Amino acid sequence: MNREAAWVAVGKQDDFMPRVGRVILINGVEVAVFRTTEAVYAIENRSPHPKGGPLSEGIVSGHYLYDPLHDWKIDLRDGCVQAPDTGQARTFAVRVEEDSVYIAVM
Amino acid sequence: MKRKLQLVVIGNGMAGMNAVEQLMKLTDSCDITVIGQEPHPNYNRIMLSYVLDGSKTMDDIVINPRAWYDEAGITLHTGTTATRVDTTRRVVVMDNGHEVGYDRVIIATGSTPFILPVPGADKQGVIGFRSIEDCDRMMEAAKLYKKAAVIGGGLLGLEAAKGLVQLGMDVTVVHLPDFLMERQLDEKAARMLQTELERQGLKFALGKQTQELIGGERVEGLRFSDGTELEAEFVVMAVGIRPNVELARASELAVNRGIVVDDYIRTSAPDVYAVGECTEHRGVCYGLVAPLFEQGAVLAKGLAGVETKPYEGSVCSTKLKVSGVDVFSTGLFLETPECVCVTFHDAWKGTYKKIVLKDNVIAGAVLFGNIDDASKLERLVKQGAEMTEELYNELTGAGGCCGTKANAAADFADDDIVCGCNGVTKKMIVDAITEQGLTTLDEVKACTGASRSCGGCKPLVEQLLQHVLGDGFEAGGSKQGICGCTTMSRDEIVAAIREKGLRSTKEIMNVLDWKQEEGCSKCRPALNYYLGMIWPQTYQDEKESRFVNERMNANIQKDGTYTVVPRMYGGMTTPAELKKIADVSLKYNVPLVKMTGGQRIDIVGVKKEDLPSVWEELDMPSGYAYAKSLRTVKTCVGATYCRFGTQDSMGMGALLERKFERIDYPAKVKFAVNGCPRNCAESCTKDIGIVGNDGGWEIYIGGNGGIKARLADLLCKVKTDEELIEITAAVLQHYRETANYLERTSDWVERIGLEHIHKTTVEDAEGRKQLVARMDEALSSRSEEPWQQVISDKGLRDKMFGKVVFQQ
Repeated sequence: MNREAAWVAVGKQDDFMPRVGRVILINGVEVAVFRTTEAVYAIENRSPHPKGGPLSEGIVSGHYLYDPLHDWKIDLRDGCVQAPDTGQARTFAVRVEEDSVYIAVM
Repeated sequence: MKRKLQLVVIGNGMAGMNAVEQLMKLTDSCDITVIGQEPHPNYNRIMLSYVLDGSKTMDDIVINPRAWYDEAGITLHTGTTATRVDTTRRVVVMDNGHEVGYDRVIIATGSTPFILPVPGADKQGVIGFRSIEDCDRMMEAAKLYKKAAVIGGGLLGLEAAKGLVQLGMDVTVVHLPDFLMERQLDEKAARMLQTELERQGLKFALGKQTQELIGGERVEGLRFSDGTELEAEFVVMAVGIRPNVELARASELAVNRGIVVDDYIRTSAPDVYAVGECTEHRGVCYGLVAPLFEQGAVLAKGLAGVETKPYEGSVCSTKLKVSGVDVFSTGLFLETPECVCVTFHDAWKGTYKKIVLKDNVIAGAVLFGNIDDASKLERLVKQGAEMTEELYNELTGAGGCCGTKANAAADFADDDIVCGCNGVTKKMIVDAITEQGLTTLDEVKACTGASRSCGGCKPLVEQLLQHVLGDGFEAGGSKQGICGCTTMSRDEIVAAIREKGLRSTKEIMNVLDWKQEEGCSKCRPALNYYLGMIWPQTYQDEKESRFVNERMNANIQKDGTYTVVPRMYGGMTTPAELKKIADVSLKYNVPLVKMTGGQRIDIVGVKKEDLPSVWEELDMPSGYAYAKSLRTVKTCVGATYCRFGTQDSMGMGALLERKFERIDYPAKVKFAVNGCPRNCAESCTKDIGIVGNDGGWEIYIGGNGGIKARLADLLCKVKTDEELIEITAAVLQHYRETANYLERTSDWVERIGLEHIHKTTVEDAEGRKQLVARMDEALSSRSEEPWQQVISDKGLRDKMFGKVVFQQ
């Protein structure tokens, strides 16, 4: 990474319902944020499926997300699509400090 | 980091690229460079015949477009010829003077058509049939010339000849042996084939040896060894292929007819491999595609350091790709003294079947006219299966009228699409079954995606499983859980929820030992439904376990916008409501307003963040067009206005809609209420269809107009409105309690039986009362109108629909 990541405060933890995605538009990029029992994850709100579509409305299980339109199973930690499908969604680093959620943007 | 292995592939054809693809599935430890002579990305050469007959275009047969190489990180040089592998300096030398260093090299230079060494073979208008350029030349020639000759009555020659006939040329196939395809067929099948092809317009000159091509600069005809001549302005040579070995020779590798490789596809030089038609393995040069895949698999595993069985040669099977001609051969096909043959010749149907046995082992077969058993025979030959009484009956259709079962999927061609939603071909499914040892529908679904979307192809996929696995497959035989997270069935889970008093999805998953702690997109919505159905008063619905549409209370569209359908009870609205719909649609700039099939209005293309405001301004209840719930009650005008009407269908429709809306059902539920038997509101395709007549109502159930059309069954006739409502309530509650999640009434009725439903909801008055009581309990504890709920809960509205924007 050449540039230092900038951390953007996107809200309090409570602003995110457990396992229900929420879209934050950061510098024109739609980021879907998910608070799970384990952590808070940020992933670009665009399915890696060839037909695209949003991810924010998917069903969350652990650190996996089920694409709402195509039912692809995506790992929220690295954006990797699980077999038998393939692909990767872009993910963003997330930091939670004193209940505030920060997302790293380039 | 470990340095990546430098792999250079010489040849950008099917063999090389298939090996690369197989390798990439096993490891990413190689840096791959591909050197290709042809100026385009690689394509499926087997499909050239389809390009020629016009059923496919060049684009259709490209296997890996250029972008694939980029994405895979492969360096591709097209239009470049590798001239030599310098095994001492470990570099590949190219004709443009450049060199590429290697750790491993794969030579996949393929083959070229063999051009007969006769005088005149170099004349204009004489070509081979091997590449896209040859296809182009043939199509060009067909525009200018009339008479063509194809030398070679083998697979490729016949396909080329048929292509030229289709392009409008007058084509004669010249063949040295006395019958066609002598390397794949016996004489009987060959004669039947010839007759069929003659019917399709081909001419034949058999037993003819071409001695000279005559003419001026351009070819004008052929002269045969018996002195006769044949006029031809265009000649295609399809007499066989010659492995391309120049590079191997220049690199001082061992070469006979092809590049000699061992059982691990290695050439005589260390770290140099060769694959496909350029090779010679145990004295055999293959010219078909199957060996190429099999060699590629062994090679890829070897390179990836994965343990592999040695390659011991291929059993070759052939299918002629000429429409309307079904020919197949595999393994041994000629009778020799040590062989025993089972033969059937049906001259009336024009079919022929021969199974060759050697020491009672199925060693080969020839089929003509009907090739349903092709894949089965191919498998048996590969396995070296022994002929048994059972197998004999199966293969010959003997032993009773049901000797062979109809299997529609077996008739599919390899590249026919089985699953139209996900573009999965028969071959992809069959390959997945054979290569990965799949045995169940769910495994095929998970592995290939077939039947994952609409499910309409499930029977076909089951047939394919049956077809490939034979007796090893039992439809629905092995125990299947409701999803991959559990082995428990729906009934077992529902019983456990009741018996153990489980109160949340989390509790179910803990107690019943779910494999994935928080479940998946299949089980979570199902469990959420079962819990709500069993504990109507107390269960707290889990939003996060609802499908997107039910969570958002609107239908998501492919671009991420939503549709909004307000309730219009019984399909009735008012000018004031229409005006509101129009105003809101204008204000929020929706791209489309559409009538639905259920007598309502669909506002399409609403942005997620606008949904709460749209609902608020409409000030109408949600039509639940997104839910596993009561959707629409379609009505006709009925006795109120219609001159035929005998009952107040609009009034009854609106009443039923109000009564049964807003609770969860296993799947969506649609009603229709008609005022007379003319049935204008189409009861026969609804979950509950009601038909009024003089003196009462008829209740139909289990109709469906969707994926699997089904006409509704008449459940009973009733005299009063009260009875109608009571029986409807009982049927719906019985459905809620016994159907699988997502099971429509059409499937439910077929599964548990109309008779059983009749007994429970019509005959058994006491049981009916209890069902109605449980329905009333569910109705009395139903949730608040969902749109109002969002509008009035500011926090929920922001968290679920609000858009947060950051700009730096």
